[in-house]
Amino acid sequence: MPIQFAIAVTHLVSRKRPTLVSLVGIALGVAFFLAVSSLMRGSERDFIKRLVDNSPHLTVYDEYRTPQPQPAVLRWPAGAVELRRVKPLREVRGIRGHAQKLAFIESLPGLRAAPVLAGSVVLTFAGRSEGVTLSGIVPAKMKGVSTIEDKMTRGSLDALAANPNGLIIGEGLAKKFGLSMGGVVNTVSPAGEPRALKVVGIFRTGNANYDETQTFALLKRVQGLLDRPDRVNRFILQFDDPYVARETASLIEARIGYKAVSWLEASEDLMSVLLVRNLIMYSVVSAILVVAAFGIYNTLSTIVMEKVHDIAILKSMGFHARDIRRIFLAEGVLLGLVGSLLGLGLGLGLMALLVQVEIKPPGATDIVHLPIYWGYDQYLLALGFAMTSAVVAAVLPARKAARVQPVAILRGMG
Amino acid sequence: MTPILAAENLGRVLPGEVPVTLVQDVTLEIGRGEFVAIMGPSGSGKSSLLYLLGLLDTPTSGRVWLDGRDTSSFGEDELAATRLEKLGFVFQFHFLLAEFTVLDNVLLPMRRLGARSEAAARQRAADLLHQFGLGDQGRKRPHQLSGGQRQRVAIARALANDPPVVLADEPTGNLDSRAAANVRQILHDLTRDLGKTVIAVTHDPTFASVADRRIGIVDGLIAPDWRA
Ligand SMILES: Nc1ncnc2c1ncn2[C@@H]1O[C@H](COP(=O)(O)OP(=O)(O)OP(=O)(O)O)[C@@H](O)[C@H]1O
Ligand SMILES: [Mg+2]
Repeated sequence: MPIQFAIAVTHLVSRKRPTLVSLVGIALGVAFFLAVSSLMRGSERDFIKRLVDNSPHLTVYDEYRTPQPQPAVLRWPAGAVELRRVKPLREVRGIRGHAQKLAFIESLPGLRAAPVLAGSVVLTFAGRSEGVTLSGIVPAKMKGVSTIEDKMTRGSLDALAANPNGLIIGEGLAKKFGLSMGGVVNTVSPAGEPRALKVVGIFRTGNANYDETQTFALLKRVQGLLDRPDRVNRFILQFDDPYVARETASLIEARIGYKAVSWLEASEDLMSVLLVRNLIMYSVVSAILVVAAFGIYNTLSTIVMEKVHDIAILKSMGFHARDIRRIFLAEGVLLGLVGSLLGLGLGLGLMALLVQVEIKPPGATDIVHLPIYWGYDQYLLALGFAMTSAVVAAVLPARKAARVQPVAILRGMG
Repeated sequence: MTPILAAENLGRVLPGEVPVTLVQDVTLEIGRGEFVAIMGPSGSGKSSLLYLLGLLDTPTSGRVWLDGRDTSSFGEDELAATRLEKLGFVFQFHFLLAEFTVLDNVLLPMRRLGARSEAAARQRAADLLHQFGLGDQGRKRPHQLSGGQRQRVAIARALANDPPVVLADEPTGNLDSRAAANVRQILHDLTRDLGKTVIAVTHDPTFASVADRRIGIVDGLIAPDWRA
């Protein structure tokens, strides 16, 4: 053990009370840091999980990110002629060659894809009419990309597969219409012929708007209803790891040309809100550690004042200014380290208590536990903040100690 | 043979609104193994001269030669390193570190220098304490010792790294006559038996009488015919 370190330990051990107060300050700071961070990050992950689960990880639309260039521009790229009144050739809505494109997407690893044709229809039941979005799906594929199957309160996607005239609606819409299982609804679209569809399933996602406006039927049936035979206007993708969605989106877009939007892109504003929220949270909890650092500063300043004779004798003995500075920096590091470890234990204890807390959100039926994040990155962050503040707090006393002039002290004594 | 320690027109003025002259134009040479007493009235600048000779303070004029080397060009690091290896200090108020045992106090300079293994350093510390009649006191804390014992610990610590020069500022000033005689004898033996150079500021006439040489200081100047 270097002698400087031995002296540092001796200083701290011989001044029990201020040392203890400093340690408690850092420990409480770290514990509070962890409790708040684990709660905030836990709820954030809970929120993102809901976001990720309830919306497609990636959607391929039947549109382009930039409009198709005009033929004249393609023919004469450097031409200075402007042809007015030329409109882009109207794309027949739908993904062209969707079968091959879907096959390509499905060949990528770690994802599942499903084709969808979504359009607006009007549902009529018992004299009431309501405009809704009707999605034509392939039930077997839809199960792989959506949690809708888990949200069914009555019936199932399989029932839809078995009944070509089946319809799945949300609980909100069912209430509005007074519809129940087996009810028959008249369905009209602007283009195709009307059809009578039978309710074979009811779902509840908890999102009121979704439950009132989204409906599902078989893809073939919807293609007929909308008079768009063999067309599909989006692919819905689900990944094993949602965080690769962004990269795969650019890959797909580059390959097939159609616009591919990942959930990360779709909720970019939300992600930046979460980032700001984390920044604010970490600023506040770090401020507590800054306050705790004042405790360390105070303790070390007192030790420097009390030990000024010792410092003078060490220097006259041949200790460098550097040695003296190291002694007091080591005291800061020791206080920070021991305080952080105590705080880590205390923080983990607090987190274990928090995770037991049961809450019943208003309107919810089941009791849930507080979402707690256990990731190790927050421990490193807390340790980093605590150590940095402890060392910064030690810098001034250490510098003051290093500057002690032994002769000035000796003159005062002699 | 070059003197172990030499002062050349040494001066120290404390700057300020009214500058205070502590030491003026001191020129002297001290040989190896010499036992030198610095004497003079209170406030005459004896301690100030000792701090300059011990490289604790920086002169405002002149220079100090140690073992044939001009120390005026030394930086902070070299001054500290020189104090660690070549010089040992003993003060009137034995500055022992209160939280360390007697043995650990003696070990401090050796641990800082790091020239000896821990075991060898411990052996040397124990030997030094034994030599000064403190063989069984090593594990005590300084406050458990008498003033004379503490001063002997301070001497043991000054000798830890085996420096050629020991500087003492009124080493017996705080002791009763028996303890003072003991410490005086120890310092004297250092010069005779170990060939150390001892420079001691003292008010004690007996001390002065056993010294090889007496240097009188009055008003910061060497006063050759000063008598206590
Ligand atoms: N910080 C200071 N400011 C002003 N004058 C000082 C200061 N320190 C010391 N002095 C003066 O310098 C002179 C020399 O002091 P020094 O301690 O060297 O004397 P000394 O011979 O050791 O005295 P003593 O025998 O009492 O120990 C004294 O007159 C003292 O008053
Ligand atoms: Mg003095």
